Amino acid sequence: MDRSYQVITRMIAKRLLVSLIILFIVSLLVFVATLLLPGDPAQAILGQQATPERLAALREQMNLNDPVFVRYFTWLGGLFTGNLGYSAATGGPVTALLADRIQSSLVLMGLAALISIPVGIIVGTFSALKRGRAFDNATTGVSLVLASLPEFVIGIGLVALFSTSVFKILPSVTMAPPGEAVWNYPVQLVLPTITLALVVTPYIVRMMRATMLEVLDSGFVEMARLKGVPERQVVLRHAVPHALAPVAQVIAIQLAWMAGGVVVIEFLFRYPGIGQALVDAVANRDVQVVQALSILIAAAYIVVNLLADLVGIFTNPKLRTEKAA
Amino acid sequence: MSTVDDAVEQGVAVSRPPRLLARMMRQRQAKVGMVLTLAVLLVALAGPLLLPWLTGHTSTEFTGRPFTDTGMFGTDNLGRDVLSRFLDGGLRLIIYAALATALGMVVGVAVGMTAAYSRGRVDALIMRGNDVLLALPQLVFALLAITVLGPQGWVLVVVIGITHAPRIARVTRSATASVITEDYIRASEMYAVPRYKILLTEVLPNITGPLMVELGLRMTYSIGFVAALSFLGLGMQPPTADWGLMINESRIALVVQPWGVLLPVAAIAVLTVGTNLLTDSLARASANMNAGN
Repeated sequence: MDRSYQVITRMIAKRLLVSLIILFIVSLLVFVATLLLPGDPAQAILGQQATPERLAALREQMNLNDPVFVRYFTWLGGLFTGNLGYSAATGGPVTALLADRIQSSLVLMGLAALISIPVGIIVGTFSALKRGRAFDNATTGVSLVLASLPEFVIGIGLVALFSTSVFKILPSVTMAPPGEAVWNYPVQLVLPTITLALVVTPYIVRMMRATMLEVLDSGFVEMARLKGVPERQVVLRHAVPHALAPVAQVIAIQLAWMAGGVVVIEFLFRYPGIGQALVDAVANRDVQVVQALSILIAAAYIVVNLLADLVGIFTNPKLRTEKAA
Repeated sequence: MSTVDDAVEQGVAVSRPPRLLARMMRQRQAKVGMVLTLAVLLVALAGPLLLPWLTGHTSTEFTGRPFTDTGMFGTDNLGRDVLSRFLDGGLRLIIYAALATALGMVVGVAVGMTAAYSRGRVDALIMRGNDVLLALPQLVFALLAITVLGPQGWVLVVVIGITHAPRIARVTRSATASVITEDYIRASEMYAVPRYKILLTEVLPNITGPLMVELGLRMTYSIGFVAALSFLGLGMQPPTADWGLMINESRIALVVQPWGVLLPVAAIAVLTVGTNLLTDSLARASANMNAGN
């Protein structure tokens, strides 16, 4: 027992270290990519009419006169102290630009997760219980179709259905006045949330169905049935908890995917989150904002993937005792 | 590069796949997928060829006022014929997606096989590098590249191909690792067959099953990816006729002129569902075959 604890601790420590190294290399990649851009960032912010004195002052302020590696570490330090530089498009500090948007995106992703996780688990379980019957076939078919569609196709389908042609009941764009929180307008959150949820749910359903089928065929479930445990209890007490472990990992991977996938959906619904900000920044070639957002999304992605791996380590007995055995 | 590519083609043509494909096509799902995929391919391929003759207009010509219902599906936001733009807008998307997938496959398969076959430190080094690339979400990586290089066709192909490669490499590596312990590999090694030849003639033909599944999956993703980038305004640039771009241009007028959005959306949906049905039935056929052995 003690040895297996040691093994787990060592595995987790190793995994944490790997994540840190990866994050460091990613930050290098992001920084170097922006060095390749032609032109002077100070000029880009101030425009063609800027006087040489103002340019020099801004260059000094942005540390553009320092050697490259000093600038990298200044930038890296800024990530921790909340000083992410200045936007070339608006001239304002990047941090102020992003604070509200990060919140809005987290709300959207959180709501989508709150819907898709229980729905995915419940639908997957029922699908497995009704194996080969109409409900199962329909679920399998629908989740295969949904999993193949690009996210903006799902979103536009919903817009066409619920806000323009067939039913005109839901708004297709988010139009909260600037500075106001998105959750003050719950109706506008409905379509983006459902779209995001529809993109990730099929993967949860498929994994839940597959592991439930395996668990339902296993010896301990048969044993419980033979002992006369009511079917309801067999499913809820014995089968589902065992099936949840591998599904938890798929859920974590889907949450990680959301960090990047939310970009297209936010653009589609004009949702004022980080994705929309990233697309605008790329279109304007606003380097500081692209840098900050890329590293932010990558960090979120790496952290959630790390969690997925940890869930995997904790729930997989084989992995847990791999070296102890 | 080209030799590996040729070998992929050759492996597909001569060895196990005929049986695999036969098993795959026996499923109803695969037949449906084939019909859907071919239908969209036909529209995309024949569209540009038949264009001015079929509708009387090219895809970039102004035919009238915006959002009228002249022609079969009316005009778009600039008064161009929607049907002409639809017919002209698919081929580029499909070609870019196919090129990106091919690039990703060639690089990913080469890297994955090399890693698995060299084992030890080289393997570890390659796969750690792989992990770094996997740590950036694909879309963010693409957006970063587009910020630096600008939105151009070759940038799309290279970026999507490169972001696919580490994912393909991982699958290839695990498939290769399960093959290289076999006796026939050791036999070839005893005959001092050069490494690259062992990889191309012994290993590759034996991992075509998982690789073809991966190919289908990546193709489905590539189509969505190219279309999404154009939809974001960061892929194909106006006035090019392209399905993703069309959706972006026409979506403000979804109520007045729904066809400008619905035609390309439907085409992309049918195409991706088709390729994914094919991939899914291929995966089933491949899994059954391995279970059967």
